[in-house]
Amino acid sequence: MYRTPRLFLFAAPLAAVPGRAVAAGMPQLNFHDPLLIGQVVWGAVIFGGFYLALSRFALPRVERVLTNRRTRIQNDLDVARKAKAEADRASAELLSARHEAAEQARAHVERIQSEARANAEAHAAETAKRLEAEIASAETRITQSREQALSSLSEIATSTTQDLVSRLIGTQDEQTVASAVKRVSA
Amino acid sequence: MTGEASVAAGSTIDALGQFELHPVLGHLGEALRFSQSPLFMLIAAAVVLVFLYVGMRPAAVVPGRLQAAAEISYDFVHDLAVSTIGENGATFFPFVFAIFFFILAGNYLGLLPFSFTYTSHIAVTFGLAIMVFVISILASIRFQGVGFLKHFLPAGTPVWLAPLLVPIEIISFLSRPVSLSIRLFANMVAGHVLLEVFAGFTIMLAGLGAFGHVLAIAPIAINVALTALELLVGVLQAYVFAILTCIYLREAVAH
Repeated sequence: MYRTPRLFLFAAPLAAVPGRAVAAGMPQLNFHDPLLIGQVVWGAVIFGGFYLALSRFALPRVERVLTNRRTRIQNDLDVARKAKAEADRASAELLSARHEAAEQARAHVERIQSEARANAEAHAAETAKRLEAEIASAETRITQSREQALSSLSEIATSTTQDLVSRLIGTQDEQTVASAVKRVSA
Repeated sequence: MTGEASVAAGSTIDALGQFELHPVLGHLGEALRFSQSPLFMLIAAAVVLVFLYVGMRPAAVVPGRLQAAAEISYDFVHDLAVSTIGENGATFFPFVFAIFFFILAGNYLGLLPFSFTYTSHIAVTFGLAIMVFVISILASIRFQGVGFLKHFLPAGTPVWLAPLLVPIEIISFLSRPVSLSIRLFANMVAGHVLLEVFAGFTIMLAGLGAFGHVLAIAPIAINVALTALELLVGVLQAYVFAILTCIYLREAVAH
């Protein structure tokens, strides 16, 4: 019982397929059938229409969409690239401006510093000059006073000596006293 | 395969009845020689055109699923045509596209129950193959003039071999439409006969009572597997037909 269907399963195609095929032949090879030739003619017409519809309308439509997308992506990429270049340029400009400003500031600071230094130096030099001048004038005054003092010293000595001499001896020779004082003080 | 008249009385399976042509649309169809075969050609062409129309209707930059499917089928055949034929591939692309999808749609529509597989008719496949053959000859004359005849004597052949080689080349050239058409026809017929035979087994086993009902699962399972195989064969045969078309056209346009 178990074997029968199985055997049948294997035997059936052998029995079935050739039986009918040999008896009636393949319908595809029945060239007397007007429908067989008819389908070729109809097939040519339908395929021609199909080809025309594809090549005139359907495929160019797909092509348009694809081209559209390609150009749009390309344009977007171009815009993005341009924007990036601009941003790069702006950033470079900013950097250079900052650098320049820093340079300027440094130069400014240096100038101010050197100016201040020069000012201070000039001031110091002026002060020193003034002081020197004062010292010099003071020295001149001192020298003058000393010379004055020294020059009046002989007069004083002479008059003192005259007084002393007149008191001691009651008489005096102005000329002699003066020469004597001069001799002594020289 | 057709469900009607698939299983004859008794123990025989009518595996070839599915390929018979019957007029549709009554007397008008009979007068116009209009059978199910052209009807399904019309359906196949309409399905492909509607697929492309509906798919590309959004024309979106970021495609949806159906649009992506339409674009993929376009790109697939376009790449096939351009990479095989060469720089003139774009000229023949609509033709290759039409061939590929006409055959693919025919193969796949034939897998639906109660439908008809027009690619299982040698007259149809031979017609397609002859069309490819004629177009490739016309393209040869258009692109190479009479010079295309030198293809029948491969370059560098000794002259004394020419009497042998030229007839061989001519025969192989002439056998192209035959092999092209029989390959597709035989694949389709074999697949549909197998489906029919195993479907017949199921019905026969079901007639054996309760035990037969259980056993009948086996041929159904086989038919499920065969359907998967037929889906593969359907696209493969369409691809083979299209790529051979491209190869013949490349020879035609090559200098």
